[in-house]
Amino acid sequence: MALKFVPFMWQFGEVILAVALAPLFAGWIGQCRAWMQNRSAPPLTQQYRMLRKLFKKDVALAENASRLYRTAPYVLFATMVLVAAITPSVVTDLPFAHAADAIALIGLFATARVFQALAAMDIGTSFGTLGARREMMVGFLAEPAILMVFFNAFLLFDSTALTSLVDNYSTHPSVIDPSVIFAAIAFVMVLLAENARIPIDNPATHLELTMIHEAMVLEYSARHLALVEWASSLKLFNYVCIGIALFLPWGIAIHGANLIAILIALAALSVKLAFCGAVLALIESLSAKLRIFRAPEFLAMAFLIAVLGLLVHLLLGANTNA
Amino acid sequence: MLRPHSVRYVARFLFPVGALGSIAMFIGAAWYVFHASAPETITLPLGLPDLPFHIRLDALSAFFLMILGLSSAGISLFAAGYFRSGEGTAPGVLGLYYHVFLASMAIVILADDAYLFMVAWETMALSSYFLVTSQHRIPEIRSAGFLYLLMAHLGAVCILLSFGVMQGGSWQFTLDAMRGASLSPFWASVAFTLALIGFGAKAGLVPMHVWLPEAHPAAPSPVSAMMSGLMLKTAIYGLLRVTFDLLHVHFWQWGVAVLALGLFSGLFGAIFAAVQTDMKRLLAYSSIENIGLIFTGIGLSILFAASHLLLFAALALSAALIHALNHSLFKSMLFLATGSVLHATRQRSLGKLGGLIRYMPWVATLALIGTLAIAGLPPLNGFISEWLLLQSFLFTPRLPHAFINMLIPLGAAALALTVALAAYVMVKFYGVIFLGQPREPSLQQAHDANWLERLGLSWLAAGCIVIGVQPQLALHAAGKATRLLVGQAVVPDPSLWRIAPIAPAQASYSGSIFLGVIVCVVAITFLGVRLLAHGRMRRTAAWDCGYRWQTSRMQDTAEGFGQPIRHMFGAFFQMERQLPSADDMNPRYQMHIEDRFWRAMYRPIAAAVPRLADAISVLQGGRLAIYLLYSFLTLLGLLVFVLWL
Amino acid sequence: MLRSHLDLEFAKLLAAAMLLLSFVMLSTRRTQQLITLFAWQGTILFLSTVLVAHDAGVTELYFSAALTLILKVITLPLVLHFLIRRLGAQWDNEPLVNIPVTMLVGLVLVIFAFGLAQPISILATTIMRHTIGIALSVILLSFLMMITRRKAVTQVIGFLAMENGLFLAATSATYGMPMVIELGIALDLLVAVFILGIFFFQIREQFDSLDLHHLESLREE
Repeated sequence: MALKFVPFMWQFGEVILAVALAPLFAGWIGQCRAWMQNRSAPPLTQQYRMLRKLFKKDVALAENASRLYRTAPYVLFATMVLVAAITPSVVTDLPFAHAADAIALIGLFATARVFQALAAMDIGTSFGTLGARREMMVGFLAEPAILMVFFNAFLLFDSTALTSLVDNYSTHPSVIDPSVIFAAIAFVMVLLAENARIPIDNPATHLELTMIHEAMVLEYSARHLALVEWASSLKLFNYVCIGIALFLPWGIAIHGANLIAILIALAALSVKLAFCGAVLALIESLSAKLRIFRAPEFLAMAFLIAVLGLLVHLLLGANTNA
Repeated sequence: MLRPHSVRYVARFLFPVGALGSIAMFIGAAWYVFHASAPETITLPLGLPDLPFHIRLDALSAFFLMILGLSSAGISLFAAGYFRSGEGTAPGVLGLYYHVFLASMAIVILADDAYLFMVAWETMALSSYFLVTSQHRIPEIRSAGFLYLLMAHLGAVCILLSFGVMQGGSWQFTLDAMRGASLSPFWASVAFTLALIGFGAKAGLVPMHVWLPEAHPAAPSPVSAMMSGLMLKTAIYGLLRVTFDLLHVHFWQWGVAVLALGLFSGLFGAIFAAVQTDMKRLLAYSSIENIGLIFTGIGLSILFAASHLLLFAALALSAALIHALNHSLFKSMLFLATGSVLHATRQRSLGKLGGLIRYMPWVATLALIGTLAIAGLPPLNGFISEWLLLQSFLFTPRLPHAFINMLIPLGAAALALTVALAAYVMVKFYGVIFLGQPREPSLQQAHDANWLERLGLSWLAAGCIVIGVQPQLALHAAGKATRLLVGQAVVPDPSLWRIAPIAPAQASYSGSIFLGVIVCVVAITFLGVRLLAHGRMRRTAAWDCGYRWQTSRMQDTAEGFGQPIRHMFGAFFQMERQLPSADDMNPRYQMHIEDRFWRAMYRPIAAAVPRLADAISVLQGGRLAIYLLYSFLTLLGLLVFVLWL
Repeated sequence: MLRSHLDLEFAKLLAAAMLLLSFVMLSTRRTQQLITLFAWQGTILFLSTVLVAHDAGVTELYFSAALTLILKVITLPLVLHFLIRRLGAQWDNEPLVNIPVTMLVGLVLVIFAFGLAQPISILATTIMRHTIGIALSVILLSFLMMITRRKAVTQVIGFLAMENGLFLAATSATYGMPMVIELGIALDLLVAVFILGIFFFQIREQFDSLDLHHLESLREE
């Protein structure tokens, strides 16, 4: 009987780990970026300090803010926690992972996005509505691209459930399909766009005319802002974990995991996160922010690369079997 | 009917009785779906001599009766609170049309011979025509009604011809005889094409969609809800009945055609919905989009069935059926919500609404559920069908056609784009109507809906939530229908909390876990923040980067929200824009967006008809002798024909 | 013919990279970047030729690989770089037709090419036989690039990329062309680039620009 609860323990632990590590990961990217740009870096714990400060403050709420506006940060945070519960970052033996496959995860991200956009429109300021519109635009362009990435994964491993993908990968580790490279490139492009990173949006400034994410959260303050920020760092963390599960799944403890396997998985996860954070910082440092109407081009490119991967797989893969 | 002018009597008594009838219909159909399996047929002692009416209840018709009962119950409850004097037509007459409309839809679904089907189909078209034109003193509404009637009849003619082909020389017009008839591939294709055109015209499939954005906004809101939520589904029912039940052979070309039309309709509807500025027109275009999704599922299903991949065919068909169910719930609900808004504010234009969440909290909250559902967001019902549809797209590479299996994954991307665009549209819809600052001062006097209206909306919202959280119920019901149509069914996972259409290792989804975890985490976070930090809060003016003057005119308008779409999909629109110059003292901005189909397809046809009529009118010489000659020649012709036979 | 599984995987990888490069070339705005991408394409071609040579043990193919390396990876990019520097065209931005539309057209072309190649690749015997579709798409995409571009230098790069595609097709369907033909083509390319280079100078002298739409004024009215 006791054994039955072990997966739930892993599940719980993984969620706590993700919630706790997400601000650290965001801090790590910030640090890498600062190093690459020859600035003195903020401490790794900067995000935690910011959250603590925000939780201490009093909320200043706009006079006409409705209940939707006040609920949205909690919903955002909850959806991201749910994504973290479903994404196998350390173990694959997760009871909640059966609640959604990768396609349902797209839906979950969309839920968060819609809530955020609605909340941004609630006060009725010029920037809020502008941000909401841009966020939804980026969202509807990113969804086909990310779907094609998951399609590709399905063709390779015959599953869209992330845990099964990782499990299947560990049973045929020798597969290096070229389509994976295409999918990975497309995924990184979508990741950057969806998480308001540099070529699409700049997370570091409120540059009035170009901001997306910042425009939406402009009216939030104190604990609401803290939750929104925490949720967005958790979103980035989740995206990176999904990427790891799809493209670098080595080391994740698969079924029947014991403590040693978990420790190895944890070590692998931290190495991979450090690597991914550095790569993201590198990409962000090397590229310039695009005009907002280049964003469709960027995402169309991501979509096309993903589709190319699919086609390459269908052409090259189909003949191998024959 | 005793006091046809008493609003109280008609609205407060007749409509709730109708709602009870609907609930009874829903319960009966649901009981049949979950317990019975064999089709029930009855021959009614009605109709023409030697041509009695046949009625048949099987899993497919029960599924659609369930949809009809479920949604119309909510609509009738709402209508009980909604109708008041001054709707143009006397309330008693309106009530009569309404219930005739409802009954004729039920008969369409139950009919088991082409004769009864067509009678009910025409009754449905006529009664809904009178409902659309209930405000018949307004010329725009009259012309919208005319367009609707015209398209409905063109469709009906095609359906009639399709039945004519399907009887296959037996001259028996019961559907049973058609099931037994064997058609050559050519005639089967002809029957299918005619049915597709006929039912497509009723469903609003592009390019037969032009009546839809005109007729839906013209009708009173409960009628729009009925038409969009339910009447369009009878067309879906008809197409399914013809394609899978009456015709036995399937060709992959049919599937490709339906799939392409469906995907294009979906994208087209979503793009046009994004640029609308009238809330009911926006919903009408969104109906086109949803119909497109349903047809996509049907097309995919035909394609799989033609390749004998029956399980996948069942999956795609389940997705289409469940989406029909879902759409009837959330689209009815949103149309009803616009009705409440319309009554409270007398405004239909999105440019004059805003901030209603503060004055109409009930409607706003319930409409939020509908909005999230139609945007295809988990854990509500809209997501279920879209997810199932995407799941069935995953298996398209297994189709045994070289080009098709490479092209169709692109269809999945078009589907994803459509669904994501739908979310964009619904954010616009909800945000502009209910959120932000009111764009007109008069909106502050808006009152919330009355209790009957709330009850109707809540019924539909409850449907959205229940199907979203317990999708296996819908999957089970749809499975009965797919077993009848393609011989296979997607078995819901035996465990109660999730669905796994093909195999749990491949993909599974659980709405209950979604909802449960989100609610729990929200509660825990809320308590945690309160306990560990504090709950202090003060109200101030909005910050907005320190700009002091915030007027409601500074928010995005409906046009503004549609701007990225206009920019990206400009090729779809026929746009006429009038931009103010920079130093204009009274800047005016005007924009007119037209459907390209209207100009490229319908106007030429409309211009050709009078010309043709003129040409034919030459025959009418006016002299009696000439007319007699025509009769004589006809008679001779017929005699020769008989001789020749 | 599968000498080893690894060779096959590697061949697929190279072919896929080739396709990706073609798409990136289709969407690039800068001429200089385009030349770099062209050099990369040459490199991949070189690698895949070596792979086929290694797998099939055909020594002749090593020579053609070396030829590719010298001509397409080193000489031609250098010549082109030299050309655009002399022409002062290195910062040229290419006014493109709407990129997403071009990409979609490209995608349709790829699907077309893949469908077309399937029956051919079943007949072929080399380890690269799966890549015939990709080679065909590279040819079509380069052609598309030539159609959508207006600058003279880019047109030449498109032409050269097309030849890369042809070469890939030849190595993947059979074991390359006979050495004599290959040498001839290489020489032709070299000469073509030199002649076109001279043309560039002439065009620029005449019109003060390398934009090809000026040539439209040459037609007889």
